[in-house]
Amino acid sequence: MKIVTNVLENIAQIQWFPIIGLIIFLTLFVFLVMHVIRMSRQDADTYSRLPLEECDGEQAVNNQMFKQ
Amino acid sequence: MELQKFTYENRITRLFMNATILWGIVGMLVGLIIALELIFPHMSQNIPWLSFGRLRPLHTNAVIFAFVGNGMFAGIYYSTPRLLKTPMFSELLGKIHFWGWQLIIVAAAITLPLGYTVGKEYAELEWPIDIAIALIWVVFGINLIMTTIKRRTKHIYVAIWFYIATFVTVAVLHIVNSIAIPVSFLKSYPVYAGIQDALVQWWYGHNAVAFFLTTPYLGLMYYFVPKAANRPIYSYKLSIIHFWALIFLYIWAGPHHLLYSALPDWAQALGVVFSVMLIAPSWGGMINGLLTLRGAWDKVRESPVLKMFVVGITAYGMATFEGPMLSLKSVNAISHFTDWTIAHVHIGALGWNGMITFGMLYWMFPKLYNTKLFSVKLANAHFWLATTGMLFFAIPLYFAGFTQSLMWKQFTEEGYLAYPNFIETVVQILPMYYIRAFGGALYITGVILMIYNLIKTAGIGKFVSSEDDEAPALHTHKHEVDKGHRIIEGKPVLFTILTLVAILIGGIVEFVPMFMVKSNVPTIASVQPYTPLELQGRDIYLREGCYVCHSQMIRPFRSEVERYGEYSKAGEAVYDHPFQYGSKRTGPDLAREGVKGGPIYKPDSWHYNHFLDPQKMVAQSIMPPYPWLITRDLDISSTPKKIRVMQSLGVPYPEGYAEKANDDLLKQANQIAQGLRDGGIEVEDTKEVIALIAYIQRLGTDIKKTE
Repeated sequence: MKIVTNVLENIAQIQWFPIIGLIIFLTLFVFLVMHVIRMSRQDADTYSRLPLEECDGEQAVNNQMFKQ
Repeated sequence: MELQKFTYENRITRLFMNATILWGIVGMLVGLIIALELIFPHMSQNIPWLSFGRLRPLHTNAVIFAFVGNGMFAGIYYSTPRLLKTPMFSELLGKIHFWGWQLIIVAAAITLPLGYTVGKEYAELEWPIDIAIALIWVVFGINLIMTTIKRRTKHIYVAIWFYIATFVTVAVLHIVNSIAIPVSFLKSYPVYAGIQDALVQWWYGHNAVAFFLTTPYLGLMYYFVPKAANRPIYSYKLSIIHFWALIFLYIWAGPHHLLYSALPDWAQALGVVFSVMLIAPSWGGMINGLLTLRGAWDKVRESPVLKMFVVGITAYGMATFEGPMLSLKSVNAISHFTDWTIAHVHIGALGWNGMITFGMLYWMFPKLYNTKLFSVKLANAHFWLATTGMLFFAIPLYFAGFTQSLMWKQFTEEGYLAYPNFIETVVQILPMYYIRAFGGALYITGVILMIYNLIKTAGIGKFVSSEDDEAPALHTHKHEVDKGHRIIEGKPVLFTILTLVAILIGGIVEFVPMFMVKSNVPTIASVQPYTPLELQGRDIYLREGCYVCHSQMIRPFRSEVERYGEYSKAGEAVYDHPFQYGSKRTGPDLAREGVKGGPIYKPDSWHYNHFLDPQKMVAQSIMPPYPWLITRDLDISSTPKKIRVMQSLGVPYPEGYAEKANDDLLKQANQIAQGLRDGGIEVEDTKEVIALIAYIQRLGTDIKKTE
């Protein structure tokens, strides 16, 4: 069903606008997936524990983060 | 390795915590009042600033920007320094941020009930307050970004990414949507009109949900859930994908608020596709939050904090599944304009934002007062009151939405509307409104218990205004060569810029075609600017918040065309600054209200009596009376300025018309008032009601002129 007005129907190449957006997103998505697959498990574990660091200087020093 | 000593400042956090509690109870109480006003329409006692149309924007603004806003800032000011091993960049900026934000809230709480509004949902505040919001938001942003720059940790944790995305995107949304030309100190007209205004507004509205109610709270989830469960987050890898996918996709989804409207097909399709895709990153967040509790589920039984987090995250999962479903056109055809939407947003507000805020407060208060929670029992009672309250609130409204929509669409065997009188569909769902109010009351009772519990907790403890910590300086870290995402995780400014780029892409794709081809919006020759009297009447329509209960958008369904008249065209609203399509039909659609011979046309005298006493005209109506419209004089001194501003926005009034506008206004007012007087109604030409009747009777008539 032709639901709405014919606004913008005649703009040249309008149909590509969303497609370009989708391509940009998919590229980014693929890059991110590749990246997290290659990310070391140790790094990921370290980062996932960041909130658990207490306000304690000694613990902070012992943390993996500061041993890089 | 030399350790640097520093302190975390807790005073600003405490201020924001207290503010979220105070404004939370205020916002929720106003919500309860308006829920009751729908059951008892005379409850406002003919006091203008207590009427539903004025209090509903106060409720939404208070809950979103005051309750959730202060809640988010409390969590951000607590977690950011601890995650970055540094105090916040500036205590002074923190204070300016806090007091500035509270002043804005107070300004909103005064102006909205007084009827000072732009008339755009969730963006009602007038231009001076909008400017203040932008300035205070920048103060917050500087404080946040500068703190990340002077951090002592190499890595910036995922919670901070969400905070940065919140800052960047809300700034863009607020500025783009709020551009307006002032008429006076508290009156302005948005620069956009009609369908363009609708697109910008719902791009803003949807992303206010995304970047004010969702991303900051995901950040809080990523900090406070691991803290409360004493478990690392489930998957850091998942958080990377889910963060970027979420911020990239969310920004495109706004047009799903305008399905079946006069918005171009391609924009509607775009909104639907991206909304459906949004399920994946949203559930990525939910899964990451819930599975953080793996191995710690036994703690959930004992800890009210974790209980609240679990229900909050579950509500987030439910709402973010439901949202994409509602964006499917076939579902939206049923749900839109009904109480289904109200139920949906309250799963988000009461469940996600409410529960996360409460859990966070129950966790932070004992921490900041260096004591135990006064009563775990009371907190558990709060949890159950909140959970059952939420269900009592939402489930009846799902029934109400479904019931009413099906009644709107029901035809008899002979092909007539089965319920041609709108009020029949209202009466049917009134019992649901009673249960909703009960649910809301339960929820608020829980909040009152929390307030008592937290005050007692503060009483038995001693406030820790600052906490010492130490960490090595950032430059002492050995530098490895960063790869991939790690590069930007360590560079906050680059990260901020990339976030900005991600959210701008969707916006540009949506807006550029709509704005570049302004001339292509099919203009309808017979559509003319409003007369000065109609323009003044329209401003009264905005002031009274009529749009919160009445839509002006007839969708192209047989049931709607039959009930209201010909479906709405984009070209009809080209002079509507702002658009008034609306999002809810507590009362009938008004897009063709003025079409003589149309299905819902009423004479001037009917409108006069209806504004004075709605129940006199429709016995079972739930509309409140507006007697002040009858007695108040219309302020016509503003007419020339209003016409000039409209001219500057491209509305084609003849040159020099501003000075003559009031002559036409008085003439038209006299005609309407004389008509009423002829019918036995004693009314003066210059009363506000005359202008509002003029506007109402203009609605939808333009395209009929050619026929």
